[in-house]
Amino acid sequence: MRNWLYLHARAIAHALRSLLGQPVGTVLSALVVGIALSLPGGGYLLLDNVAALARGVSGTPEISVFLDTGAKKADAEALEARLKALPELASYRFVARDEALQQLAASGLGDVLGGIGDNPLPDAFVLSPRGEDPALFERMASEIGGWPRVAHVQVDSAWVKRLHALLTLGQSAVLMLAGLLGFALVIVTFNTIRLQILTQRQEIEVSRLLGATDPFIRRPFYWFGGLQGALGGLVALGTVWLGVQALGPAVAHLAETYGAVFVLSGPDWRAALAIVAFAALLGWLGAVISVRRHLAGA
Amino acid sequence: MIVFDEVAKRYAGGYTALAGVSCEIRHGELVVLSGHSGAGKSTLLKLIAVIERPSAGRVLINGEDVSRLPRSAIPYLRRNLGLVLQESRLLFDRNVFDNVMLPLVITGHPPRDAGRRVAAALERVGLEGRGKELPAGLSGGEQQRVAIARAIVNRPSILIADEPTAHLDPAYAADIADLFRSFNEAGVTVLVTTHDGALFAASRPRRLVLAGGLLIEDTRPDGRPAQEVAA
Repeated sequence: MRNWLYLHARAIAHALRSLLGQPVGTVLSALVVGIALSLPGGGYLLLDNVAALARGVSGTPEISVFLDTGAKKADAEALEARLKALPELASYRFVARDEALQQLAASGLGDVLGGIGDNPLPDAFVLSPRGEDPALFERMASEIGGWPRVAHVQVDSAWVKRLHALLTLGQSAVLMLAGLLGFALVIVTFNTIRLQILTQRQEIEVSRLLGATDPFIRRPFYWFGGLQGALGGLVALGTVWLGVQALGPAVAHLAETYGAVFVLSGPDWRAALAIVAFAALLGWLGAVISVRRHLAGA
Repeated sequence: MIVFDEVAKRYAGGYTALAGVSCEIRHGELVVLSGHSGAGKSTLLKLIAVIERPSAGRVLINGEDVSRLPRSAIPYLRRNLGLVLQESRLLFDRNVFDNVMLPLVITGHPPRDAGRRVAAALERVGLEGRGKELPAGLSGGEQQRVAIARAIVNRPSILIADEPTAHLDPAYAADIADLFRSFNEAGVTVLVTTHDGALFAASRPRRLVLAGGLLIEDTRPDGRPAQEVAA
């Protein structure tokens, strides 16, 4: 075990020497990898921020059933009885037109309503169906919409659902981008390792003659690829952080104009670690492929 | 003990480097292998280190047929061999100390003990205190000494050297020959190829002479033939 650790420590030292021995090349490679990864990294961060915003707005989808303004108490009771009979309904609450008016007044629109005179709001039922299947919501809304004295049925969380669908689409796009750019990272590392192998050809040959095993020869290259990838990951993190710092105030100002408070947040430590680890993994993968290709039988 | 049993080596294209060589080299022997260029000397050494594999026959080291050794086992065989090649094959971006240290790094030797061994090996070849110098600043003879120090630092039981004096002037060559003799006196089996048959004469070695891939002479140190060989 001690010997294994020593050999790995030696391989890391060798890889670091190689990285530091060509600072310009190392910096350029890290920039290429970092900038490439900052695109999906930034995209992921943006989606994460929007998703957090969406979670804050509404978590439970509901259906609002508005009665027509001429509906009497008996109509509401009849409707309630039919609603109770629906097996898909988990719970419901009745919002009387007076209660709705009070809520509206409390929201700051009392002055506007004061000028109208009579309460223009209808009685309403707010339904919580069992499950979140959009098809179920649509079916229930369609069915209830046909009942007597029902003026309008609204699936309240439709926009949240659309947003979630958009977020899912965005996540797929970010994943695709990450895949493509990750592939580019693997190619960059593959080529860098190929050049490393060429420049260290004599050392490899001599080491083999002196009894070096394949893992001994390959290990420094694996570490080189992993470290180069990790460096690129750090550059990507730095780029994303700079982006957050640059765009944060503008986004906050934009939200403010809509009367909202929204602070663009950077990646937390888990996301930061994931980006660096992902980059290191891709670098390592590029090194493995390159070493297998260029050291086979050497 | 090293045994060559009807060993032949033919390269792609039809060139025959060895055409059925048989001989036994006992532990502690000093063997000088000579012959003209293309006689098969280097090939014979390469077969011991499994740098090449025979087309026919067997090469046994201490009873193990190394010609059929799996690739993964070859490094462990080489760690028990001291190998000196015609060119010193030093790493010119590393200093003398690090070059000699390389076999110990490969075997994962503890650094402190490795440092002591390197110092001892350098002293053995007359390069004590030169560890920090770069190989490019050394003469050809000194570079070859570094290569020899590198070959002995793992304390091998067998030392094989392929034309170690080929590019050296006579004075340096004699020094190198003395070094090999001293290793042999310390109990190491030494197998050296050379063009200059007289170089090791004072050491009274066993002499093997190759010509056209055949062993044409096998003489003991006392001058008697060791075996009947091809005429």
